[in-house]
Amino acid sequence: MIGRNRVIMLKSIIHISALLPVIYLYSLAFSDQLGADPVEELIHFTGIGALNLLLITLCISPLAKRIKKSRLIKTRRLLGLYAFLYALLHIINFFVFEIQFDGKLFINEVIERPYITLGMLAFLLLSVLAVTSIDSIKRKMGKNWQSLHNTIYLLIILVAIHFYWSVKSVLILPVIYCLLCVILLTFRYLKLKRFILSLLA
Amino acid sequence: MLIKTPQKSFLRESAVTDESLFQERRILLKKMGFLGAGTLLSSAGSNKVSARFFNDDDVKFSTQKLHYSQDELNVHLIKTPEQKVVSHNNFYEFGAKKHQPAELAQHFNVNPWQLTVSGECDKSITLSYDDLINMFALEERIYRFRCVEAWSMVIPWIGFSLASLLTKVAPNSKAKYVAFETLYDPKQMPGQASRFLGGGITYPYVEGLRIDEAMNPLTLMSVGLYGKTLPPQNGAPIRLVVPWKYGFKSIKSIVAIKLVEQQPPTTWNRLAAKEYGFYANVNPTHDHPRWSQASERRITSGGLLTRNRIPTLAFNGYAEEVASLYQGMDLSTYY
Repeated sequence: MIGRNRVIMLKSIIHISALLPVIYLYSLAFSDQLGADPVEELIHFTGIGALNLLLITLCISPLAKRIKKSRLIKTRRLLGLYAFLYALLHIINFFVFEIQFDGKLFINEVIERPYITLGMLAFLLLSVLAVTSIDSIKRKMGKNWQSLHNTIYLLIILVAIHFYWSVKSVLILPVIYCLLCVILLTFRYLKLKRFILSLLA
Repeated sequence: MLIKTPQKSFLRESAVTDESLFQERRILLKKMGFLGAGTLLSSAGSNKVSARFFNDDDVKFSTQKLHYSQDELNVHLIKTPEQKVVSHNNFYEFGAKKHQPAELAQHFNVNPWQLTVSGECDKSITLSYDDLINMFALEERIYRFRCVEAWSMVIPWIGFSLASLLTKVAPNSKAKYVAFETLYDPKQMPGQASRFLGGGITYPYVEGLRIDEAMNPLTLMSVGLYGKTLPPQNGAPIRLVVPWKYGFKSIKSIVAIKLVEQQPPTTWNRLAAKEYGFYANVNPTHDHPRWSQASERRITSGGLLTRNRIPTLAFNGYAEEVASLYQGMDLSTYY
């Protein structure tokens, strides 16, 4: 068992390591010290950050099982919410700093560019998961909550494709991320099989 | 007879690590540092930190002042600060991330250099490093530079027109196209040695122009920027600058120029023909399949809050000089 204090400590570490880099990078960007193109840096940082956090979130339950520390699960929601925050910042960066409030261009890009469509779809899904992570809503949803939150498996695939598709040439990093996703999903082979069968039934 | 028994700590000459081996291992270790920190902490910002952390023997490439005539026509253009021009580069030979060339190209050796101009011409020539700087009168050209990724800069290049170089070799009637090639040297260019850094491109990088495009007075062979010789991340010692085309046409660190009869292959076109054409003229009405080309972000000074999105101009604002080259061509087919 992990003690309650340990959980609080773990959560504090998550808060600090998720927030500090963001605050640091934005402060550099506002004062024009984040490379020649701070906009691109921030978009990439928050995008890959969101993907990293999602992957870490997916690591928690297999890890908790393996090392038999069930309280580890208590950090999962926080990690998921930070993934949501990073994804939100990613989109704000795109709208505010990249295309600079051009609403028509924003809608055009979301509709016409398949990799942005996928990314936006993943973000909407993640927003639903974030909202339904509130305790009172979770309780009201009963069994449906789990099936809704199983869509994280679909979501992570969308995000991985979004990343792979966004780069100019075949870079190795997106390929590594796709592999990581597949590995994490294979831990849930049985669960996924049941989930897909239930959808088909 | 005196018999010397070496102490246990005594090192024989053969056991001394060869210096070049030592240096290579240091480079390898540094690369591992980059990769390790890079993947763990992800993305741009942290790579900056790791670069700062691991670059303990930081020797910067040195550039020299050039003598040139100033561009008085385009002084009204607001230039991108030099620091940004030399730190934000697409030069996959030194890493596929924008900040990597400035970090990984500092040991690049440009002198001696050989640039051969040959093919369908009467007088092939080979230029040395000194020839590149001294053979032609150098002039400054302040050009807009538009990347296919929808950002742009304004850069004061220094160089000579490609036309004056081509005239020297006297092209014959079969010379319909000009093919360019970047140096291939994986020992010096880590992106060519490692797929991880080099972004899955087939090297050497190649580019091409139609002969009339090459002979246009705007087409520049650049040997410098901001008054000095080019830093390696910007394509030292000599690169092409074709201001009305997307940046990837402006091939860097050129070793060979060949006059040819057939349209030569070009690197990005080979990699993704639907996204990057042979012509690659800046065209706000023809989108890249994955993003709009109607506007661009001009990189100037100022931080995150600068409103720098501006409409993209046809032929990057050089329509008057070059539009006639494409008369009668459907620019959405020949993109």
